[in-house]
Amino acid sequence: MSVLQRFILSKKKHITLISAILIVFGFISGLGFQNETVAIWSLAIASILGIAPIAIQAYQALKVRVVSIDVLVTIAVTGAFLLQNFEESAIVTFLFLFGAFLEQRTLNKTRSAIKELTEMAPESALKQMDNGEFEEVLVDDVDVGDILLVKTGAKVPVDGTVLSGEGHINEASITGESVPVGKKKDSGVYAGTILENGTLQVVADRVGEDTTFGRIIELVEEAQDSKSEAERFIDRFSKYYTPAVLGLAIITWLFSRDIELAITLLVLGCPGALVIGVPVSNVAGIGNGARHGVLLKGSEVIGDFSRVDTIVFDKTGTLTIGNPEVADKEFYADNVGEVLAYLASVEKESDHPLARAIIGYIGDTTLCRVERTDVVKGAGIVAYIDGRRVAVGNVTLMERENVHLPEKARADIVRFEKNGNSLVLTSVDGELKALMGIRDQIRPGVKEDLQKLKKLGVKNLVVLSGDNQGTVDLVARELGLTEAHGHMLPGDKSRYIEELKIKGHIVAFVGDGVNDSPSLALAQIGIAMGSGTDVAIETSDVVLMNSDFSRLPHALGLTKATAANMHQNIVIAVGVVLVLLASVFLSEWMNMSIAMLVHEASILVVILNGMRLLRYQL
Amino acid sequence: MQKATIQLETLTCPSCVQKIEKATKSLVGVDKESVKVLFTSSKVKFDFDAEKISVGDVEKAITALGYVVLKSQVKDK
Repeated sequence: MSVLQRFILSKKKHITLISAILIVFGFISGLGFQNETVAIWSLAIASILGIAPIAIQAYQALKVRVVSIDVLVTIAVTGAFLLQNFEESAIVTFLFLFGAFLEQRTLNKTRSAIKELTEMAPESALKQMDNGEFEEVLVDDVDVGDILLVKTGAKVPVDGTVLSGEGHINEASITGESVPVGKKKDSGVYAGTILENGTLQVVADRVGEDTTFGRIIELVEEAQDSKSEAERFIDRFSKYYTPAVLGLAIITWLFSRDIELAITLLVLGCPGALVIGVPVSNVAGIGNGARHGVLLKGSEVIGDFSRVDTIVFDKTGTLTIGNPEVADKEFYADNVGEVLAYLASVEKESDHPLARAIIGYIGDTTLCRVERTDVVKGAGIVAYIDGRRVAVGNVTLMERENVHLPEKARADIVRFEKNGNSLVLTSVDGELKALMGIRDQIRPGVKEDLQKLKKLGVKNLVVLSGDNQGTVDLVARELGLTEAHGHMLPGDKSRYIEELKIKGHIVAFVGDGVNDSPSLALAQIGIAMGSGTDVAIETSDVVLMNSDFSRLPHALGLTKATAANMHQNIVIAVGVVLVLLASVFLSEWMNMSIAMLVHEASILVVILNGMRLLRYQL
Repeated sequence: MQKATIQLETLTCPSCVQKIEKATKSLVGVDKESVKVLFTSSKVKFDFDAEKISVGDVEKAITALGYVVLKSQVKDK
């Protein structure tokens, strides 16, 4: 491209302004002072100035064999100019340029949500050089293994591990949660998070686009550009549409010999609003999600999720916090302290979630030396302490150990199970000493969130869990779910989802992505409760940042609003083209300038309509 | 094969995407299948054979269409 061409393109805004002034001047001298010559000259100059950048763009497009809107407008304006209809040629070029200017401004607004996100990306880092000093370098120059210094108020430049120092970090950019998290030696830190106090030395584990933050940005960027079936159709359509309009104009001219009509058709056939309407809704919707801790991976996901009728939940870690605690307890011994000491000593050997809950409950106690431990799979642990045989586990283990369960204990067991507990029994030398009921807390606010989902039109809310049916039923009753299934292994869960799909339901699966990735992948919409971790982000279609369940209703409401917005925009765009086409043949008042005005206005209307999504709140 | 990301000035018309995509794909040494022009984030991503073409050449082709290149990044694949 020549220097002149580039100069003209870079001065588009000035050209628009000058041609506006010339047009006003022309009309005043023409209508106000009856000075035709001045009017014609100023309008002609406005036309030539205005068409220059458009013609350059058209020429560049033709060079790579694309018939773009610029081509249509250039031909139309040239035609009007040759017919000495300077009024029309001037106004059409001005409207086209001015419209493009407004489009750019408003489009930038719809992209602002993502921009805020990318602007949180770190730009520089203090890197330890060979001489041991820290020097400021660009973040691109940091490699894995480099040692970096992070000072108070600075952004962590990489995903890394703390070498030394202490401090509190605001991880809002990753988790959406702005409560500062304490960091010390060996803690993991994430790029894009902010050190609120303290100083840290960090070794870089992942840099640039490989960091969690980098991947989130890349994901959102690609999501905004991913195309749904409908959009791909529009793309194909518009690829042939513009040449078709050109063809139609030529045919019209050949048959009617009416050049005026032919060039009007060219302007009117510009596909602007149609091409831009759907992506704009998409970008604004995904942008709103990113701001509210909901990652939507593309417009396909929006379409599917907005029509969901069945949501299947994993229990642990999704409906519940995933951090079981001792909720009920009974002792059948006089020396409770000794029993607890034994229990804690045995459970210390295990990293089972139930064991951790028990240790958390007992707290500090004098630990005994455990002599031998045998793990009985699916039942519990048998160990020797001070020569005594201590068994810790479920009812099956007690039966195996021939432990006698007194009448009261049996009644307690039934009661505990009814309350939704998992049971841990302790026996010493074949005698039952303690019974503990451990239960996972339901996440606060889940009930209200599920109600909101129902209001948004979800018919079936199903919970699947590996726990016993009693526990699952209890959760389902408490939360008002429609169905509950216990004793489910990961394989059973995905089979269940498969069946729902065969029955014609549109299924979303909500899980933490740890052991339910098959279900996440199988459901039409996989929703991960991600706390900024890798697996969940990769395999799912929607990610709720920081595992915040309350974002689920917002996510559903947002996809519904976005899908509706896309439909509105398609209707507006198609409607405008149809009305224009009809009026060009049926009415007297239609001309090139009005066609261009309506056309540009419709583009702005669809963009503004899309922008409403940025402010969407459930 | 190397992977490049070129950041452009804000793209405003979907037909820009078409133009840039066609121009980039037509260059020898660029893996046609890998060319992706992201309209929203105004980025061009593609894989290329460093022995046949450099990022500078691709940048030149895009600049020739009238789009301003802000920065580019190359990574080994």
